[in-house]
Amino acid sequence: MKKLRLHGAYRAVRATLKGIRPLPPRISGSGPPATGRKGHAKRRRGIAVSDFVYWAVIAFLFAPLVVLFAYSFNSSKSGSWTGFSFMWYERLFLGSGLLWNAFGNSAIIALGSASAATLLGSLAAVGTSRYSFWYRPYVKSMSFIPMILPEIIVGVSLLVFFAGVGLKLGLLTVWIAHTTFNIPFVYLLVSARLEEFDPSIIEAARDLGATEVQTLLRIILPITMPGIASGFLTAVTLSLEDFVITFFVAGPGSTTLPLFIYSAIRFGVSPVINALSAVMVAGTVLLIYPARNFLKAYAAH
Amino acid sequence: MKGSDVTVSGISKSFGAFKALKGVSLEIKKGEFFSLLGPSGCGKTTLLRVIAGFEEPDSGIVGIDGRDVSGLPPDKRRCNTVFQSYALFPHLTVFENVAFPLRLKRLPNRLVRELVMKHLSLVQLEGHAEKRPSMLSGGQKQRVAIARALINEPSVLLLDEPLSALDAKLRQRMLVELDSIHDKVGITFIYVTHDQQEALSVSDRIAVMDQGLVLQIGSPQQIYENPASDFVARFIGETNIFAGVVASREGPFATVECEGLGPLLVEANGEAPLGARVSVAVRPEKIRIAAESPGARPELNVLSGVVEEPIYSGFQTKYIIHLAGGGSVTVFRQHANWSEGVPDLKWKDEVYLSWSARDSVVVESDAVANDEVVNGAARPPAP
Ligand SMILES: Nc1ncnc2c1ncn2[C@@H]1O[C@H](COP(=O)(O)OP(=O)(O)O)[C@@H](O)[C@H]1O
Ligand SMILES: [Mg+2]
Repeated sequence: MKKLRLHGAYRAVRATLKGIRPLPPRISGSGPPATGRKGHAKRRRGIAVSDFVYWAVIAFLFAPLVVLFAYSFNSSKSGSWTGFSFMWYERLFLGSGLLWNAFGNSAIIALGSASAATLLGSLAAVGTSRYSFWYRPYVKSMSFIPMILPEIIVGVSLLVFFAGVGLKLGLLTVWIAHTTFNIPFVYLLVSARLEEFDPSIIEAARDLGATEVQTLLRIILPITMPGIASGFLTAVTLSLEDFVITFFVAGPGSTTLPLFIYSAIRFGVSPVINALSAVMVAGTVLLIYPARNFLKAYAAH
Repeated sequence: MKGSDVTVSGISKSFGAFKALKGVSLEIKKGEFFSLLGPSGCGKTTLLRVIAGFEEPDSGIVGIDGRDVSGLPPDKRRCNTVFQSYALFPHLTVFENVAFPLRLKRLPNRLVRELVMKHLSLVQLEGHAEKRPSMLSGGQKQRVAIARALINEPSVLLLDEPLSALDAKLRQRMLVELDSIHDKVGITFIYVTHDQQEALSVSDRIAVMDQGLVLQIGSPQQIYENPASDFVARFIGETNIFAGVVASREGPFATVECEGLGPLLVEANGEAPLGARVSVAVRPEKIRIAAESPGARPELNVLSGVVEEPIYSGFQTKYIIHLAGGGSVTVFRQHANWSEGVPDLKWKDEVYLSWSARDSVVVESDAVANDEVVNGAARPPAP
């Protein structure tokens, strides 16, 4: 629940920012053509105020990250700056077997649950948009429930369920849990994409001789690919960062990165975690641009 | 001749309680350019979809080439559809859009290229093969859709308002082109439109539809000159309609006593029994307008009135004339032979209208239409 709200707040800020001030051309790629001198002159005052708001919000969002980044290079464990050093990175990459074990678990779970959720969520979206059957409205409304329910309730109910069917807590249960909460997100994103496209395209494919399966593979799938891809990426992200649900359904040997970090932090913040966070932020930034460009290129046609 | 004959008999189709088609029957000949014409919502698309196989009729039979195709899926009928929204595949190039059916059949690349290029040149798009649909103009998308629908070499092509999304000039050009494509491929075209000008200019025959029924089938000329009912007369072109009662009959002519106007002499093809309530339809371009009375001649109907509104539009002037007996009449005066004398008719001028009995027809008056006759004297004079 908290995660969702944060996500929403972030989106709202982003949207507001976009409205106030176009992103610098470096970031927006093939951005809009530069506005004429006249337009600028007219709006100078407005821009001055919005510039201030823009930088204030940026500072607010990124200051913690900057601090974290700086402290990952601190040469001591203390809260004050004692000198520059790579020691925490050394310890992160060379002396943290358990951490990398947890990272491995997270990666397996994230990719595994995102793949399963993408497959199931996309098929569900195609099914509810293309076919009508008596329980279609129920599928449509029920699929949102895991998204709306507080995570703690999802976590507890999954735990009770796994105990009930006698499934031992471990990677399998974490995978099932993550797949469960990821499906609605994929379903939503793919449905949105499907709703956009003209149903007569499918009729045209059938008219020209495509079978149901050929229509799915050659027409529906490629057209909805941006929705499927963003569904997959969303699922990976949600799975990587999930703590509450995982906390309930993880067992020995299936500790994920968030669980590991939480348990490590209970004994005081280790700068290794700072280093790890810095690496993850850098990794995310590096991954976002290719992904964005891919989606953009795909959406362009 | 290539192409198939299409038989539609007794097709009915309901959506819930709403009857979209109420027993439609048509015989379409091989190679014909056949139009389904009617106002929006009259069931044209539904009928086309029934013929194509996208819609299962509640009752009735569709035959193509003498074979009953009811129940067959769209790709098993030898017809293909050009959709109103083009329905191009956005992720494929123009070439691959047109090649789509051939790829499904796994034809060798060389043959695919040959066939696709042949069809792209038929619609004059050879230079655009590698573009994506989003880079094309409306008219070009339309051509891709036509090429794609023709590549399977169907014997019937179904077109659902293919030009409705284009602007007026382009529509005229595409219409001519469509006609020439029809001549080249020689297959049967079934063309849906709500635009009577389109239908009149390209069709071999037209079926006029309204509210799920076919009202009249005939050549453009038959439909225009001899409309079967009020509705057809008013839907196709502009018409003056006068309601009245058949007072007498002599030979091919009937005298219809019209309220407020007196007797009108009208050509009546058979059905107009004495005492029947009918409508008289006169096209605005058939009426002569003059400042002096043309004099009495037996076959001439003459009315007098006052110019209410002259509307000049270059090639002609449209006059709305307020009749002495109440009601108003629309008259077109072509500007041909302008030099022989410019009729200087102005607002409030008294004029005489005349037309030959042969230029007006008796049409069935449907009760609904009678209440809303636009031009004619059927509207009771204001008290
Ligand atoms: N799938 C459908 N479900 C319900 N009503 C429909 C459906 N398809 C068409 N109709 C109704 O049938 C009538 C005829 O539609 P249509 O054949 O599309 O008319 P046209 O093409 O002549 O404009 C319309 O009133 C329309 O609302
Ligand atoms: Mg229609």
